[in-house]
Amino acid sequence: MRARFSLAVAFVPALALVAGLPFVNRLEPVVFGLPLLLFWILAWVLATPAFLAAAYLLTDRVPADIPAGARHRPADGAGR
Amino acid sequence: MTVPLLVILAFILVSAVVGMVGRGRGEMSLERWTVGGRRFGVILVWLLMAGEIYTTFTFLGASGWAYSRGAPAFYILAYGTIGYIISFFLLPPLWRMAKRLGLHTQPDFFLARYGSPALAALVALVGVVSIVPYLQLQLAGLGMIVEIASGGAISSSVAIVLAFALTTVFVYTSGLKGIAWVAIIKDVSMIAAVVVIGIGLPTMYFGGVGKMLAELMRQHPTHLTFPGGTTTMGVGWVTSTILLTGMGFYCWPHMFASAFSAKDERTIRRNAVIMPLYQIPILLVFFVGFTALLVLPGLKQPDTALLTLVTRSYPGWFAGFVGGAGAVTAMVPASMLLLVASTLVAKNLYRPLRRGAVTDAHLMRASRGFMLIVAAVALVLALWSPNELVTLLIFGYDGIAQFFPGIALGLFTRRISARPVILGLLAGEAVVISLIWTGNDPFLGMNAGFVALAVNTLVTLAAMAMGGATEAVVSSES
Repeated sequence: MRARFSLAVAFVPALALVAGLPFVNRLEPVVFGLPLLLFWILAWVLATPAFLAAAYLLTDRVPADIPAGARHRPADGAGR
Repeated sequence: MTVPLLVILAFILVSAVVGMVGRGRGEMSLERWTVGGRRFGVILVWLLMAGEIYTTFTFLGASGWAYSRGAPAFYILAYGTIGYIISFFLLPPLWRMAKRLGLHTQPDFFLARYGSPALAALVALVGVVSIVPYLQLQLAGLGMIVEIASGGAISSSVAIVLAFALTTVFVYTSGLKGIAWVAIIKDVSMIAAVVVIGIGLPTMYFGGVGKMLAELMRQHPTHLTFPGGTTTMGVGWVTSTILLTGMGFYCWPHMFASAFSAKDERTIRRNAVIMPLYQIPILLVFFVGFTALLVLPGLKQPDTALLTLVTRSYPGWFAGFVGGAGAVTAMVPASMLLLVASTLVAKNLYRPLRRGAVTDAHLMRASRGFMLIVAAVALVLALWSPNELVTLLIFGYDGIAQFFPGIALGLFTRRISARPVILGLLAGEAVVISLIWTGNDPFLGMNAGFVALAVNTLVTLAAMAMGGATEAVVSSES
């Protein structure tokens, strides 16, 4: 559940950077001197670390964070 | 000797020496050479990954695209971010598997996960074929940077031969650790150069970044929205390109393998969290491209916009600094590509052909030997090939991204075996080759590689559904 939620949180900026583009493909309004399109992309790039940090904190307490990936772990945990 | 020339030569030589000294003490092993003994912490992994991301394409290509194409260049800012988000989930399970089974390369992963030597060889082959033009592009970019920044004092060919020979030497002696040390010089000098020119040039000519952008919007009202200065790169092209290159980001064999060098999976996750901040210098590079468009309109080669403007606007020593930083910006990714390509050839193409046991020491010698061959091929291509580099690189990116279904499905579900991955990969590559060869990129307004990836994914899923459930093969190799 937590892993699902962290996945959803982390993919918010991805959605904004891909699905959001058709709606912001214009110059106005100019924000901090940047045309809207460039401002939108830059703002989401800069916000991504915050979203990923939230996802990190959500999953960090669960040791086997991604259940499917954990399945590859052998019972004996043999190393190289 | 002119001042810029001295500064550039000093940069190249110091980098090579740092790379050679950076190997550390002790016997060199395959494990140390290829994945740095899997002991890198957050800072070294960050430097390494950042070192591979900022290539001459970022320096010259991003400014060139901003100059000639405008808004479509913004995809460069966005796709890395998508790549980091995906890596946050993809790399930790990959790292665990690599650590447990002692994997060194991307085909090692495919072999361990799917148990198919044919698939591993196919992946190795596509990897090497895609890396060579990428390497060639770095060398050609290096030549261009040094030639312009030195005011023609060093010709492109001399710069390529000198810098690449030194690069080959430090990769040969030091492997991955040496590369990480040179990446420090590269990152510090490159960021310093980009910050100075990205803010300095708009201020020098227009009194500030905001004023420069206002002037650009006045003179070229369509330049900063899609499709900008192009007719084909509309919203559909940009979004499909961001998706394709974002998914393809960690599919590059060198990016994939760089995750193996981390000492634990926390390092990888923390790294993914901070990496997007490293995209900011790209914005500054765009500003330089935009300023150049207003100050120096009508350049025949848009890729030279940044350097031409720098040499016209700053004293010689600073142009030399930018040129030196640019040269190291080519040397670091080139060294990583060289290391990875040679390991791919030695471990995943040469070793399966040899009967009987092959020791790690033997593989290490073979990797170094193949490295010299790969270096020679790339050098010859960079010096004498036609100017089709960018096309080749696009081809490479589209080809590499086709690994994505096999990697993602392989890590997150057990219900997939080698056959669907091979069929999907072959279908994807076939679509890439036919669309690009027939001049159909973009196809229906979308990036051809994205169309191929969609076909690839559908074929993979269909073959999976028809093939029935199979257990994952996770075996220690040989």
